[in-house]
Amino acid sequence: MQRSPDLDNHSESPVHTEPPGEPVVHIRQLSKCYHRGGQIIPVLTNISFDIMHGEFIALMGPSGSGKSTLLNLIAGIDKPDSGLLKINGTDIAALSESELADWRAANVGFIFQFYNLMPVLTAFENVELPLLLTPLARDQRRRRVELALSMVGLRDRMEHYPSELSGGQQQRVAIARAIITDPALLVADEPTGDLDRSSANDILAMLERLNRELGKTIIMVTHDPHAAQSAHSIRHLEKGELELKKH
Amino acid sequence: MHFLKLILRNTLRHKLRSGLTVLGLVVAIIAFGLLRTVVDAWYAGAEGASSTRLITRNAISLVFPLPINYQERIRKVDGVSAISHASWFGGVYVSEKNFFPQFAVDAKTYFDLYPEYVIAPQEMKAFRADRKGCVIGRKLANTHGFKVGDTIPLRGTIYPGSWNFTIRAIYDGAESATDTSQFFFHWNYLNETMKKAVARRTDWIGVYVIQISDPDKAAEISDEVDAMFRNSLAETLTETEKAFQLGFVSMTEAIVIAIRIVSFVVIFIILAVMANTMAMTARERIREYATLKALGFGPCFLAGLIYGESLMIALAGAAIGIVLTFPVAAQFSEQVGTLFPVFGVSRETVYMQAAAAAAVGLAASVLPALRAARVPIVDGLRSIG
Ligand SMILES: Nc1ncnc2c1ncn2[C@@H]1O[C@H](COP(=O)(O)OP(=O)(O)O)[C@@H](O)[C@H]1O
Ligand SMILES: [Mg+2]
Repeated sequence: MQRSPDLDNHSESPVHTEPPGEPVVHIRQLSKCYHRGGQIIPVLTNISFDIMHGEFIALMGPSGSGKSTLLNLIAGIDKPDSGLLKINGTDIAALSESELADWRAANVGFIFQFYNLMPVLTAFENVELPLLLTPLARDQRRRRVELALSMVGLRDRMEHYPSELSGGQQQRVAIARAIITDPALLVADEPTGDLDRSSANDILAMLERLNRELGKTIIMVTHDPHAAQSAHSIRHLEKGELELKKH
Repeated sequence: MHFLKLILRNTLRHKLRSGLTVLGLVVAIIAFGLLRTVVDAWYAGAEGASSTRLITRNAISLVFPLPINYQERIRKVDGVSAISHASWFGGVYVSEKNFFPQFAVDAKTYFDLYPEYVIAPQEMKAFRADRKGCVIGRKLANTHGFKVGDTIPLRGTIYPGSWNFTIRAIYDGAESATDTSQFFFHWNYLNETMKKAVARRTDWIGVYVIQISDPDKAAEISDEVDAMFRNSLAETLTETEKAFQLGFVSMTEAIVIAIRIVSFVVIFIILAVMANTMAMTARERIREYATLKALGFGPCFLAGLIYGESLMIALAGAAIGIVLTFPVAAQFSEQVGTLFPVFGVSRETVYMQAAAAAAVGLAASVLPALRAARVPIVDGLRSIG
């Protein structure tokens, strides 16, 4: 891996790599609509906002308000219809499909509501997966994976398959997978949506720690006000329009 | 390494489904191999034919005989190094289903022209000495448990009456393609018997077998022989032994074509089954594929996963199927007995089986792989796996 901070330095906190003031997410007049059965459904209309380095944002709003759509655009797994979408200085709307794949691998860590682990791979292998796209050698990968799993408290569950882990543990494996390539940006879509209160609290505490100690910029979609409390700021999406609410 | 591990574990994910698909493939590959072997067996007579032997028969049809006195005239043709003759007997041993070919031959010369029929010298001597003796092939002997010294009763059809022959020799094939299901006896014995019963049926033979020294002269010599008997009582038609054998096969060409078609239909059916399995599998995993894509894996990686799994199943089916084809073919050969004198799974058939399985594996995953490679990540993530 070419970028710092390196996982190995995680104890020295907090680490900020880019100069503060430069936004990680820079969005202007962003619009997105879906077509369904000849009908055009506008989901996001003329959204503009920035997210600074090291921020931890909660994205809230009623179901169907376009939270996931916005998150997917920022994470580079969906394309906007119009507007500017600059992440870490890269205009990702202009990237080709394969450039975007490489960009995602290097810049974004994904945390999904239903964990999305490969059921045929062990916790270790799931976390190792993104590293297979890097030139890291086998023992370097092993060191990193072990470290990441220690950070989420699952060092002793490395050889377990997802089906042998609880929901909370699976989400922790997913978090380890999300940070393994040391991306600057973590996107989490309802990361606690499928968990009980105490597991959810564990996950939220872990995200706060990643933000605080490793300086990760985190965007978390949630409809749970309690979960949103973990974030620095909350933004509400209402009928495709954004409003800011700091706390 | 990880790629293969992922493929292997995915394959073993639904053990019953993968197992049943492999089973289907095994059955299809065996059926395919068996049908091709039947077609091969059909042509085996022609395959085993020698290029230095010509067959002279009656020009009108094989069912009409030729006079025995042609023999000396043919022998004098330039390039002919030896000559003998054989006559189809067409007797029935106990029941019609026990069919095996029987020929009345010139005991003194016939086997000199067929070095591929390997006979122990003392047995050959015993056969030549016994007017009512016969020589049978190893496969025929094994089928009915015949031993030297046994008597074989035949019910005549073309030559009426009850005939009894004593086995004096059993021949082995010099090669695996040699037909060892045949039965030979003394033409002299047949001729003498007929002389007493129906005098006008004496001194006729079925076909002449001509040995030539130079296979390149086959056409010339054939023409010369046939020219000699033009406008005579029985005109002749001379051709290479291979052409002669293929003439038999072409009578049943339609059946052979039908068998060939069926063999490919079997493969096509298993392709449809397998394509369905792969489509089902890929549909279930679409969220996993979308996740892999989100992590940065490209469409080729996903297509590779699906192709790999499909090929793994196909090759497992092929391997088991090919291995089992041999005992199944052996069993089949035993059941049909001497109907197919030479019945063996050829190397080519094995290659065809492997190729058919690989083609099925590849073709079955074209659509699922395309779908997985093309599905937009957000759509894949929204699908419920
Ligand atoms: N791939 C899609 N095709 C069609 N409509 C979609 C698609 N994705 C989202 N939508 C629609 O866009 C709107 C916003 O969806 P989403 O971003 O998932 O909302 P949220 O995450 O806030 O619940 C919804 O009305 C949804 O039905
Ligand atoms: Mg959503």
